[in-house]
Amino acid sequence: MGFDVLLKGSNMSRLLGGLGISLEISLISVVISIVLGVGVGMLMTVNNRAVKAVTRVYLEIVRIMPQMVLLFIVYFGATKAMGLNLSAEASAIIVFSFWGVAEMADLVRGSLLSIPVIQYESSKALGFSKLQTYIYIIIPQIVRRMIPLSINLITRMIKTTSLVMMIGIVEVLKVGQQIIEANRKSSPNAAFGVFATIFILYFLACWPISCLSKYLEKKWS
Amino acid sequence: MNFGVIAEYMPLYTEAFFLTIKIGWIGIAISFVLGIAVAFIMHFKIPVLSAISKAYIELFRNTPLLIQLFFLYFGLPKIGINISAEVCGALGLGLLGGSYMAETIRSGLDAVPKSQTESGKALGMKPLLIFKDIILPQAFATSVPGLLANIIFLLKETSVFSAISLMDLMFTAKDLIGLYYNTTECLVMLVIFYIIMLLPVSLIGSRVEKRVRYKMFGA
Repeated sequence: MGFDVLLKGSNMSRLLGGLGISLEISLISVVISIVLGVGVGMLMTVNNRAVKAVTRVYLEIVRIMPQMVLLFIVYFGATKAMGLNLSAEASAIIVFSFWGVAEMADLVRGSLLSIPVIQYESSKALGFSKLQTYIYIIIPQIVRRMIPLSINLITRMIKTTSLVMMIGIVEVLKVGQQIIEANRKSSPNAAFGVFATIFILYFLACWPISCLSKYLEKKWS
Repeated sequence: MNFGVIAEYMPLYTEAFFLTIKIGWIGIAISFVLGIAVAFIMHFKIPVLSAISKAYIELFRNTPLLIQLFFLYFGLPKIGINISAEVCGALGLGLLGGSYMAETIRSGLDAVPKSQTESGKALGMKPLLIFKDIILPQAFATSVPGLLANIIFLLKETSVFSAISLMDLMFTAKDLIGLYYNTTECLVMLVIFYIIMLLPVSLIGSRVEKRVRYKMFGA
């Protein structure tokens, strides 16, 4: 079945190292996305035509452009159009953050809008200032809603970063291909074992995080 | 920007565009059928099948499509199962989408209050009739925005097909860039074709979402 290849030499640890690279890129992008996303999300609820128009276009771009296309635009397009020479890792982080910020901002906007208007009105009636309303009334409510969703964003980020292989980053899938190529003669069926293992590895990386997110969502709703 | 190049590449892109749309929508159709079946199995808690469905959903929701396709396309032939790239793309998308659709439909079914079933019973309706006339329409209404979001997500995921050398938009762009190095033109065309493919669905999605929100919150 081709699983034996993984036990030879340092193949398994190389594979795990490759997964580590994917996880590292996703983690950096998630942190950037959450920090900037909260800001952009709050900006989206501001009643200003220009801000609304810009954020809408931004959201729509992210919503309809496949991440792979964005990846190609930044990695190949930016180099040619602007003479920028970005490393593959840097372009991946830029693209996934660009995507993640929009996703996060949309979640923040959604949670802000899901707070009934009466909450704002009541706090106004009680004499809270706008800032106080946010700090004492709105934010505590949305944080509970946001945390499970942000954790969910991590798993989606991990799944999306599998695409970086297409711009030449040597991550788990690429390492897998190298292992298969190197052992073509000795174990011709390696492809099955290696890809099945990668499949399981991704599952093991994402599943616990999904479970945590689901658990928190249930607990706090 | 060289418009001669764009005109020259146009037929290649249109061909790839229709192939992408074809396989994308076949995959989406598979995902709907699979999703409805799995959601019903889980809603009615059919023993054994329900456990299998749960494992299926978790497995496919927590792995990327790229890995699933690699496994289907490069892994399975080694144990004697040969699938063509096109079938593989549609099947992979269908399997991935099925797990998302099932989750959306199931949460729609679960969101219908229990009192609805009980009221139906009190009115002397048969269980099948209650399900068909009372539960399903309400569940469908709450599921629609999620289903549309899934469709957009799946159409976007079709860009991954290029990895298993299916001649889709992404593959065509990559190929042409590699051959002639007209990077800007190729990327602009790629973006335009994806806009044509996805903008209408996305706009319909936002409209529907707004209407559902209006129905639920009145604002």
